[in-house]
Amino acid sequence: MSDLKFTEEHEWLRVEGDLVVVGITEHASEALGDVVFVELPEPETVVAKGDEISVIESVKAASDILAPVDGEIVEVNDKLADNPGLVNEDPMGAAWFFKMKVEDMSQLDDFMSEDEYKDFIG
Amino acid sequence: MAGDTQLLRTPLYDLHLELGAKMVPFAGWEMPVQYPMGVLKEHLHCRAAAGLFDVSHMGQVILPEGAVSALERLVPVDIAGLAEGRQRYAMFTDAAGGILDDLMVAKKPGHLFLVVNAACAPQDIAHLQAHIAGVQVVTDRALLALQGPAAEAALAGLVPGVAAMRFMDVAEFDWQGAVLWVSRSGYTGEDGYEISVPADVAVDFARALLADPSVTPIGLGARDSLRLEAGLCLYGHDIDTTTSPVEADLTWAIQKRRRAGGAAEGGFPGAERILAELAEGPARKRMGLRPEGRAPMREGVEIFAASEGGQPIGRVTSGGFGPSIEAPMAMAYLPAELKIGDTVYGEVRGKRLPAAIAPMPFHPHAYKR
Repeated sequence: MSDLKFTEEHEWLRVEGDLVVVGITEHASEALGDVVFVELPEPETVVAKGDEISVIESVKAASDILAPVDGEIVEVNDKLADNPGLVNEDPMGAAWFFKMKVEDMSQLDDFMSEDEYKDFIG
Repeated sequence: MAGDTQLLRTPLYDLHLELGAKMVPFAGWEMPVQYPMGVLKEHLHCRAAAGLFDVSHMGQVILPEGAVSALERLVPVDIAGLAEGRQRYAMFTDAAGGILDDLMVAKKPGHLFLVVNAACAPQDIAHLQAHIAGVQVVTDRALLALQGPAAEAALAGLVPGVAAMRFMDVAEFDWQGAVLWVSRSGYTGEDGYEISVPADVAVDFARALLADPSVTPIGLGARDSLRLEAGLCLYGHDIDTTTSPVEADLTWAIQKRRRAGGAAEGGFPGAERILAELAEGPARKRMGLRPEGRAPMREGVEIFAASEGGQPIGRVTSGGFGPSIEAPMAMAYLPAELKIGDTVYGEVRGKRLPAAIAPMPFHPHAYKR
């Protein structure tokens, strides 16, 4: 877990070679409530940090997922389309959202460590 | 959100906290929106077994027996024809034929018993007092709803007489010396009961129901998805002063006696418009929508006739995901000429997504008639 980075938008990032895997935190999935729909970006989309590239609909409301860094979407987790509830069951694992190819990994330097994120959510 | 506003608490407030509820401000009250089970599972549990709802925020009002004709001057509903021991859905209309609130009216021995929406209760009470003498607001009772296929067995375990009631029957029962005002009705589409219970025994009574393993507490979140699947209107969203009962497709609640040619034709606020719409049909009507795919079309989504271009033909008034139908669902006011099965388009995040006009309820009612 120590290689995970966290954003203030409650996303987690895990580096896999030159790819970054992105999902939402357990805290976020609990706050959202039961997820009923996930709209994922198209693979091969070039995105800029802060772009709204994904949507999560829970029984309560819709929430945007932002691109955490500049990069290119190379793979999305199609399992979430058929089984959005996976976001509640395993947000930090099986329910990853997308993988990005990131040229400048230093973009991740400013994000929080797990301990810092725990402090952040109080 | 609560800010400095003094929120009201129901007699079950401490019990909600004990049960782990997440409390939110709702219509001036601090109410449970969900319990640890979560909205989705609470919804499914209610359809499979039984759910207990605290609806004590709703207004309970007693009118004297002699108020029947005075009440008929406020609602387009046949109150005189309501048999003792029976309850009927009604709505207060305004002079323009809009809906001020929807409510339940029960005929009990010697009086009428009304249940009105929490958000509208102060205005409703003032409205009643302006037109009817002897309005009595009930402030010393909680109101609980027990809903679902296991509701009858659970309540009959405490109060055996309720099993013999039919949908929309009302009766009083004794429970450990307290008088319960029970109706066989609810807001979920399921069989079930609404129970007015003296505030001082409300927690004991709720605990007695929750002791039944089939009963779980349900918050406002699942209450909303349950009523939407059942095709039932939420005041302030699906109906309000800008919608008439005919546009809202609530004509079933306007009995023959109050319609053109009936013995008590008209004589309620907005009768001119409402009777004309009954005769000629309204220009727009509340309809059900089943969006394709899984993306919900929520309140405020604009509806278009085509996949591109044109002006909106309507707007979603309630929408969400139906846990029992495992699909999104919505209600919208749309041109009356549209038919079941027609395709329209809801604009969600800049994209027009297809939705079919669908019959309501989305999930079949299970009333014990």
